Amino acid sequence: MTISPEIDKLIAEHNMARDEYAVLLKVLGREPTEAEFGVVAAMWSEHCSYKSTRVWLKTLPTTGPQVIMGPGENAGVIDIGDGQAAVFKMESHNHPSYIEPYQGAATGVGGILRDVFTMGSRPIANLNALRFGSVDHPKTRSLVAGVVAGIGGYGNCVGVPTVGGETNFHASYNGNNLVNAMTVGLADAKRIFTSAAAGIGNAVVYVGSKTGRDGIKGATMASGEFNANAESQRPTVQVGDPFTEKLLIEACLELMNTEAVVAIQDMGAAGLTSSAVEMASKGGLGIELDLDKVPLREEGMSAYEIMLSESQERMLFVLQPGHEKEAEDIFKKWELDYSVIGKLTDTGRIVCLRHGKTEVDIKVDPLVEESPVYNRPYEATPAQAMLSAADYPFPAGQTPLSVLKTMIATPDLCSRRWIWEQYDCHVGTNTAQSSGGDAAVVRIEGTKKGLAMCVDCSPRYCAADPVMGGKQAVAETYRNISAVGAKPLAITDNMNFGNPEKPRIMGQFVGACEGMKEACIALDYPIVSGNCSLYNETNGQPILPAPAIGGVGLMPDVAKMMTVAFKGEGESILLIGETKGHVGQSLYLREIYGKEEGAPPPVNLTAERRHGKLIRQLIEDGEITACHDVSDGGLLIALAEMALAGDIGCKVDAPATDAGFWFGEDQARYVVTTHDPDALLVKCEESGVPCMLLGLTGGDKVVLGSEAVDLAWLRDLHESFLPDYMEG
Amino acid sequence: MKAAVVVFPGSNCDRDAARALELATGQKPHMAWHGDASMPDVDLIVLPGGFSYGDYLRTGAMAAHSPVMREVVARAQKGVRVIGICNGFQILCESGLVPGVLLRNESLKFVCRSVRLKVENNTTDFTKGYEQGQTVAIPVAHGEGNYFAEAETIKKLEGEGRVVFRYIDNPNGSMNDIAGIMNEKGNVLGMMPHPERVAEPLHGCTDGIKVFESLLKAVG
Repeated sequence: MTISPEIDKLIAEHNMARDEYAVLLKVLGREPTEAEFGVVAAMWSEHCSYKSTRVWLKTLPTTGPQVIMGPGENAGVIDIGDGQAAVFKMESHNHPSYIEPYQGAATGVGGILRDVFTMGSRPIANLNALRFGSVDHPKTRSLVAGVVAGIGGYGNCVGVPTVGGETNFHASYNGNNLVNAMTVGLADAKRIFTSAAAGIGNAVVYVGSKTGRDGIKGATMASGEFNANAESQRPTVQVGDPFTEKLLIEACLELMNTEAVVAIQDMGAAGLTSSAVEMASKGGLGIELDLDKVPLREEGMSAYEIMLSESQERMLFVLQPGHEKEAEDIFKKWELDYSVIGKLTDTGRIVCLRHGKTEVDIKVDPLVEESPVYNRPYEATPAQAMLSAADYPFPAGQTPLSVLKTMIATPDLCSRRWIWEQYDCHVGTNTAQSSGGDAAVVRIEGTKKGLAMCVDCSPRYCAADPVMGGKQAVAETYRNISAVGAKPLAITDNMNFGNPEKPRIMGQFVGACEGMKEACIALDYPIVSGNCSLYNETNGQPILPAPAIGGVGLMPDVAKMMTVAFKGEGESILLIGETKGHVGQSLYLREIYGKEEGAPPPVNLTAERRHGKLIRQLIEDGEITACHDVSDGGLLIALAEMALAGDIGCKVDAPATDAGFWFGEDQARYVVTTHDPDALLVKCEESGVPCMLLGLTGGDKVVLGSEAVDLAWLRDLHESFLPDYMEG
Repeated sequence: MKAAVVVFPGSNCDRDAARALELATGQKPHMAWHGDASMPDVDLIVLPGGFSYGDYLRTGAMAAHSPVMREVVARAQKGVRVIGICNGFQILCESGLVPGVLLRNESLKFVCRSVRLKVENNTTDFTKGYEQGQTVAIPVAHGEGNYFAEAETIKKLEGEGRVVFRYIDNPNGSMNDIAGIMNEKGNVLGMMPHPERVAEPLHGCTDGIKVFESLLKAVG
């Protein structure tokens, strides 16, 4: 194969492999036009084709009696009873959010909202998982400010409450921050919409914003690493308009309430290209588009630009014949552009005309089926040593409470209030619990039911042991959802990794999948949707791997919902679960010893399941008054968080006083409070769950043996870190 | 009490306001579309929160010129009660139904939190259900809630008992900690906090429902 310098340049610009170009030539039987080149490069990009990950994603458990629709559509769908369904997915917007934090994050929210309402559901909650570089890095402050403002700016305006999330800081994200956005929607289980086109001759309709030159090549950009010139890629970042999105939500839901819609697909990554190909491919049909009919924002746009634009807030519909006017009226009412841009054909080809000239004419099937699949070589992460807490005692002169005071004001444990106060968490007036608890809870309007949701991942565990880290991320969402009293039903995943062409990175991915799979099976907790973001590297430096997990659970009666806050004076505090004092990869080790070492805490899935079940039963029976899962920072951090949330102190005595006991990060543990500790101890024993009495709630101090710290002081330390940091 | 909630493109608290009204009165309100120049006879008009017209130009500025607002202004002049919440307050200012403007928050950031308010005047149709001087907790969620007016206007508002709600913890830099004001006649109230968000036990606080209950009592 001889490749001309022009083609060679196109290949490089689109992050395409030369072998892939050879396949393209074979499929076409001729040289591609510029537009065809763009269409194929986008479809075969890592971002759209999952070519490095598909073989592993296929191994994940995706079925169960609660699953209505698993991965493959725009979002996953689960059964929540009474003919209702929860629709949810999480998606990354990492690369764009580093290049242009406000718009990158905002359009990340917009994209995931569209994925969810495209299925016919009304979005009822947003969450996010954010990971930034070290607080000492000069760019971090502006990235945090931009990303948070972008998420708020978009979510607040569309009127979907942002109810939860997580934020970490680590130097490995200095050149690649992670922005993962999750949306949960509510639908009628019998009225789920998909993208599969049907009906030869049916109209293909474009609605929403006009198409401009923004975001061209976004999908291929996100399929490569950054170098020192990342900022020069700013034109590949899309610009969001949440106002139009809000109109689009209302108009689409109104239309989907009629009988007019055959299929619907949003224009996300790779824009019109991927939405048209997806519709045709899923329906086994061809599609013909007249690009002159596409509403354009600027003049002189080429077929290439129209097909590859990632302008936001656009949808593609296939309509039932005879319903075109009904659809047009609805979109006119909402003042959105509406245009019939093509029709379905029986040719099995995607054909695009511009100024009467055929610019694209490719068979649809090979675009999807011949897309490359790589079984990339991988290398397991070497096992890390199990560390002994005895080797990491409190440093000279330090006590548990002095360490607490230090740790509660560190970037990963301080209050995130500065972030979540910029998000409207109440709009919709169904929010029962939002940021600051273990999981958010949103009532299902018109019922007593509540949906619990959360996002979790501990990248430092995943880096040390991807299998255990993958397991832990799933288990932590299970725990957080159980801790509010909901039954965990299913998850979505957002796999953030480095360059998969490096065996060590691919090994992290494979390991995380293995751990997640084990956890999903053990907990009856399938994966119904997901997204991968690879090539999160700058100048060859990869991020800590982050398979972020978004969990969703259901509670029959939201009035029984549990929170972390201490509720009253003189209640007994108990620790449920076994404490061995695991310090490897703990925040204690990192913040006090400056070491990121050792194996992460082992996850015992049988214990997770048993403890979670017991906790849910205790909440259901009204036996406990507060509940908090023990995670980052360990037991004493959990106690302090409960005291701060309730503005009630506690007095705790424990047999062990070592660092492993107070700050170890052993899994499957919860702190609870109760009026009747004896009954609780009996119940735990009957269930075979370890349980120990820690002390009593009350006062305005956290008292540990003979030592005490004022809650007011702790609060100040906890609350002031982030605002002070952001003030600079 | 017959009520209408106006829906502008970009309104997003319209359904929330409707639900709070239904909780307080047992009746579903009429939802009035922004493009409609007419409206059924009602005792109360609600301008809900949100981002009408995307907050383009200035918050509330475009909505103030929509067909439905001509009708709202005419009704207000005839004495029909009007409450503007958050973006609704901004629209009231832009329409001239209440004086002053709402600037960007002093912090330059959007702020969503529960704030404590003092009920400064419990003799109004909107606040009859509260005690005079009562402290209530009602959340705010806005980027532009920083009330500003000329010194003379402020003096007048204060002198005439038209500052109805005042922040105890001012979240946005508002002059005189103003959270909610009335027009001269006392039939139009604009407030930044969202009473519809603390209207039932699920919300953890029900301090806001009294605004709607007060109106029910006033109108009958």
